[in-house]
Amino acid sequence: MAVVLEVRDLRKSYGELVAVNGISFAVQQGQCFGLLGPNGAGKTTTMEMLEGLVTADSGDILYQGRIATRSDFQQLGVQFQQTALQDFLTVKETLQLFAAFYDEPADIDELIQLCDLSEFLLQDHRKLSGGQRQRLLLALALVNQPKILFLDEPTTGLDPHGRRNFWQLITTIKGQGRTIVLTTHYMDEAEFLCDEIVIMAKGQIIARNSPQALLAEHFNGALIRLPDRGMQPNVPAEQWHLTNGFLHINSLDVEASIRQLLAEGFSLEGLFIKSANLDDLFLKLTGQSLSANEVGDKS
Amino acid sequence: MSFKRFFAVLKARNLEFWRDRSSLAWNLIFPVLLVAGFALVFSNDPKAEYKIGVLQQAATVDIAANPLLATKYLEFVPFADESIALEKLRHHQLDLLIDLSQNRYWQNERSAKGYLVEKILLPQMPDATRLAVTGESIRYVDWALPGILGMNMMFSCLFGVGYVLVRYRKSSVLKRLQATPLSAFEFVSAQVVSRLLIVLVIASSIYFACDAVFDFMMLGSYWHLLLVTLLGASAMISLGLLIASRTRSEELTGGLLNMASWPMMILSGVWFSLDGAPKALQYFADILPLTHLVAAARAVMIDGADLSAISYHLAALALMTTVFLASGAWLFRWQGDGR
Repeated sequence: MAVVLEVRDLRKSYGELVAVNGISFAVQQGQCFGLLGPNGAGKTTTMEMLEGLVTADSGDILYQGRIATRSDFQQLGVQFQQTALQDFLTVKETLQLFAAFYDEPADIDELIQLCDLSEFLLQDHRKLSGGQRQRLLLALALVNQPKILFLDEPTTGLDPHGRRNFWQLITTIKGQGRTIVLTTHYMDEAEFLCDEIVIMAKGQIIARNSPQALLAEHFNGALIRLPDRGMQPNVPAEQWHLTNGFLHINSLDVEASIRQLLAEGFSLEGLFIKSANLDDLFLKLTGQSLSANEVGDKS
Repeated sequence: MSFKRFFAVLKARNLEFWRDRSSLAWNLIFPVLLVAGFALVFSNDPKAEYKIGVLQQAATVDIAANPLLATKYLEFVPFADESIALEKLRHHQLDLLIDLSQNRYWQNERSAKGYLVEKILLPQMPDATRLAVTGESIRYVDWALPGILGMNMMFSCLFGVGYVLVRYRKSSVLKRLQATPLSAFEFVSAQVVSRLLIVLVIASSIYFACDAVFDFMMLGSYWHLLLVTLLGASAMISLGLLIASRTRSEELTGGLLNMASWPMMILSGVWFSLDGAPKALQYFADILPLTHLVAAARAVMIDGADLSAISYHLAALALMTTVFLASGAWLFRWQGDGR
């Protein structure tokens, strides 16, 4: 697959604060590429640089192999984390307003159908539910028929049903051959949607691969979790850690590990066994749970 | 410049204004309150009352000096300056002007009240020399209206645009627009034209409502007045855009807008003339758009001035519009904070 977006040694500081510190990655055409990280990791700053809204201090952004220009940025589809629209306009008027900004806009009726907006088309956009509003914002992001779509925390604030519906929509859009770059706090969302992810912390990339490959790289077997009672297991240091009052053990053989823990005098009360997921990976890499992060990252 | 994008933003902004019922109601109620205020203040103005100027150096009229000055139901007002007194007579702010020391008097031949006062006083001044002046009647309300309308426009232009822009910026509406091909100039121009339409509608409604009540003096051309209004409003809207070109703070913007509007309210001749004020103050007033708007509107309405007579004010307003709009578009930031 061809590389549609490439980032080379991108840096951005706000005064003393280094928001993005020399990150590089490439995004393949048709891929769903995830940027994950806690608040202050630099995700949103990275997105805004890729969208042309913030100028990088140094580094290159290339679209289709060429240094990005204003014209390239205008061809992108963007959905911000917090998007305000002009007040007192209906959904349809808002779509028409944005469509008027482009020389070759998408067919409004098709967008309405794709994003399922027909039921509230004549309603003031301020009176929409969270899920309806996100679908409208997605339609606006698609109004210029973009090849690359940027979605910043697109399902934040939605209930589980709304998130699932939105995922289906993203899957449909991805099926149209569009490239998607998204940030999210939800690990299940990243696992469901993303072909490749990078995990950012303190402005740097600390891991990058497909979700499955990253999990296979960092975890074998299953995860055993026990309440921390001040005891340490007799296993290699890289296979266990204490976080948030729990003892986490990465076990290759669950039965053998449990036998060993009983033999060492551990109580199995509060025992929890599960397969590792991206949240566990994030916990392992950063020492904090991504899902516990407050939503509304402004970094 | 894409007119398609320009008109899309213009339409959206007008719809927003029209559908914002609370703001719209205020914009409609305010002119009514203004008209009501005018009606209350000037309700006694048309009452018949004879006012006679007396040329003398003393600040008060000495009734004992001449039995004429004791005539009942006539008000005698002392004037030391003959030219000022004649100007007031010309504008019917006086019904007659008498000079007892020279035994002469002036009458405005186009004034009915002047004719009647002459008939009352003539038997008491049979040998007095009669001098005539001519001129159109003018009341304070005729003089004040252009200033009050201009001031109302100024607030609508400055705050209507400035606050809207900062609100858009603060709520990230501008950030979303920035991610489209819409240029700053297209956006800014649409805001100017939208506000211009709103200001024109409101100013016209106030003018014609007040005119129905007070029957204003309008000696000039309505087209000239429209041109003055358009240029004046454009200059002040552009100033509002310039002030709000990059800040995200409503408090700061409010302060800056007040800093611009208060000197205009006081120094632009809305309430009183700056004649006799220090030259520096007069020069300062000359760089305020409201000064030129009010001066040009008064000239058209009261003096019937043509375009050549107000060309200086029109040129000043056009220059200000160009400078403010160009600077505003150049300094404009979608997100503020240097972004």
